[in-house]
Amino acid sequence: MQPPTEFNAPSRGALDWLASALGRLAVSVLIPLATFGMLIAGFRWLRDAIPDNNTQKAVISLVAIVWGVGGAALLYLVSNWFVERLPSVWTRRLQPFIFVGPAVAVLTWYLALPSVRTFWISLFDREGHTFVGLENYIAIFTDRDMLLSFRNNLLWIVFGASLTIIFGLLIAVLADRSRFENLAKGLIFMPMAISMVGAGVIWNFVYAVRDISDPQIGLLNAIWVALGHEPQAWTAMLQPWNNLFLIVVMIWMQTGFAMVIFSAAIKGIPDDLLEAARVDGANEIQIFFRIMLPYIRGTIITVTTTVVIFSLKIFDVVWVMTGGQFGTHVIATQFYRQAFTNQNKGYAAAIAFVLLLAVVPVMIYNLKQFREEEAF
Amino acid sequence: MSSRASRGKRGALLADILVNGVLFLIVALWTIPTLGVLVSSFRTRFDIQTSGWWAIFPHREWIKVSESPIPDGMDPDGVMEILGATGTFQEFRQGILTPDGKRVTWVGNKRLGRIEIQEQRWTARTDFTLDNYKQVLNGKSFTLRNPDGSTTTVQGDNFVGAFLNSLTVTIPATVIPILIAAFAAYGFAWMRFPGRRLLFVLVVALLVVPLQTALVPILQDYVKLDLNGTFLAVWLAHTGFGLPLATYLLFNYINGLPRDILESAFIDGASHFTIFTRLILPLSVPALASFAIFQFLWVWNDYLVALVFIGAKPDVQVLTMRLAEMVGSRGNDWHLLTAGAFVSMALPLLVFFSLQRYFVRGLLAGSVKG
Repeated sequence: MQPPTEFNAPSRGALDWLASALGRLAVSVLIPLATFGMLIAGFRWLRDAIPDNNTQKAVISLVAIVWGVGGAALLYLVSNWFVERLPSVWTRRLQPFIFVGPAVAVLTWYLALPSVRTFWISLFDREGHTFVGLENYIAIFTDRDMLLSFRNNLLWIVFGASLTIIFGLLIAVLADRSRFENLAKGLIFMPMAISMVGAGVIWNFVYAVRDISDPQIGLLNAIWVALGHEPQAWTAMLQPWNNLFLIVVMIWMQTGFAMVIFSAAIKGIPDDLLEAARVDGANEIQIFFRIMLPYIRGTIITVTTTVVIFSLKIFDVVWVMTGGQFGTHVIATQFYRQAFTNQNKGYAAAIAFVLLLAVVPVMIYNLKQFREEEAF
Repeated sequence: MSSRASRGKRGALLADILVNGVLFLIVALWTIPTLGVLVSSFRTRFDIQTSGWWAIFPHREWIKVSESPIPDGMDPDGVMEILGATGTFQEFRQGILTPDGKRVTWVGNKRLGRIEIQEQRWTARTDFTLDNYKQVLNGKSFTLRNPDGSTTTVQGDNFVGAFLNSLTVTIPATVIPILIAAFAAYGFAWMRFPGRRLLFVLVVALLVVPLQTALVPILQDYVKLDLNGTFLAVWLAHTGFGLPLATYLLFNYINGLPRDILESAFIDGASHFTIFTRLILPLSVPALASFAIFQFLWVWNDYLVALVFIGAKPDVQVLTMRLAEMVGSRGNDWHLLTAGAFVSMALPLLVFFSLQRYFVRGLLAGSVKG
């Protein structure tokens, strides 16, 4: 039945199979290796390329962008290709980790492990050689500068967060009734697109102070002097109230965020609810306090949490505007000063860990919410 | 609406004026600081140093009409009488009004001063220039023309270079986390594997971890790996810090896509990878765009991460670092600071205003849960 030529087939087939299997193996290994090699060569070239002028710099920038974005995509493509060449049982087992693995790896390296490592580092002295136990923590909670920073952060939270929420609500309610809603919201939202460094420059200019005999070029002092007062260095005088002038910058930046979210929440209140209240004779102020506020309570809590966390981590505004002078240091600026100016890693790590502890309640709340949602 | 109408036209009009009036006041308060910086960035150095930016609007100002040297035989420490005005040196420094509506002012110090006769006139300082931007953007030294015709050579601040660095940092630091997060979100939503729930709990838990927690250990790693001051280091850092939110948002979106589309694709024999790239990514564009804008603005405006991971290398400094450095070293050169601030804001403002709708959608998805 079988043609005679088929007689040698088994051994020939096995050989072929071996050859092709080896070939497949070689290809499967070589291609990922070649990709890696290429990416590393690209990295080396980019690291050592020093541009002479901005044209060369633009070229290098372009190459870097292509290398970075393309490299990331290529890694997924090649690793997935590799896994799909495996026997299908293994493909099914391994493919989820190609999808989820990189994210988990990056999260572990950049956030999960550092939380533990920061705590570990915080138990050592400035060089990281001698174990000092909780001494850094004791120092943090007894050091006058640190206590001042904690107080300042409290000011940021109390004044900054509350005024952000109040302004955000007020503007959301007003804009909802105005013909100029989109224009007004767009303009108030705009500072969100500005860096805190840029905002620092903008507000430093508002607060600029000149000698009394010179014309004032800062808006606030110009008004202040026109009202018959002496010019003031707003961010330096009258501690601790000078902090308020820095807090204004955060309110200016974050109100837009609060406003947008409140605005959406207010628009979500059913019309007939408001209508019924109006028919019952409630005035607008009663409607605001008795209906709107309770209705958007959840949103207010979420926004407040976000703004409070934001003010806990505030760094750029203070660092750029006063550098922490005149009693304006906050936790994050102290952290930077200790970690990078004073090179006291243990102390800095302890500050960072205290910051982490401060957000743990929010973390627990988020996890609880997640469990209740049962999206999984 | 009906209740408002029932209160009568007058009440409605009054309420309307009140609402719009208060709103206008707040908007003005919010916009004027930025406006001042924008206007100042186009004013000459001399104008900025001698008048507030609002002097570009018509206003009455004391303008010099004539000038004379200090008359001989004046005693600057006593009471003097000059050109019909009487007063001490201090009073002359402030300017003394004469009955004909003019002002006699002593300009300069006691020994080397001069007398100016000034008059109130309507004026506006509208001497605008692009020199500030030229000086800030340029990398090389270049020549400025002074009002009196002389020239000065100044070293430019090379914001163009910093702008390129910001772009090089921001684009991959926006795309890479989105790519990684999208793959992960698909994996969590559509694949079954051991540890799936636990790993997602990790994502949720890390949502609020302050990035300060990571800086010291990561910097140690970078020093060991010789990564410090490279673009890769900053990309990865921003990827790590942006990833929890990105994964969380994209998971919520991808998990909400209709299941039957995907199931029919599986029946047709498509692999996960094909479904992800051909079906899920195109369907997720709104969510991807929302987060992209979010991450773009965050990375472009970031200062701390850049300061820590590329701080030591001036070639790779981004805009925020260059601007902050300028605040520190030349805090009173407002003509440069204002122009520099606007160079750093131009792109994010453009992105923000052209893609505001996506941005707002992303914010709402991220913050209003349940």
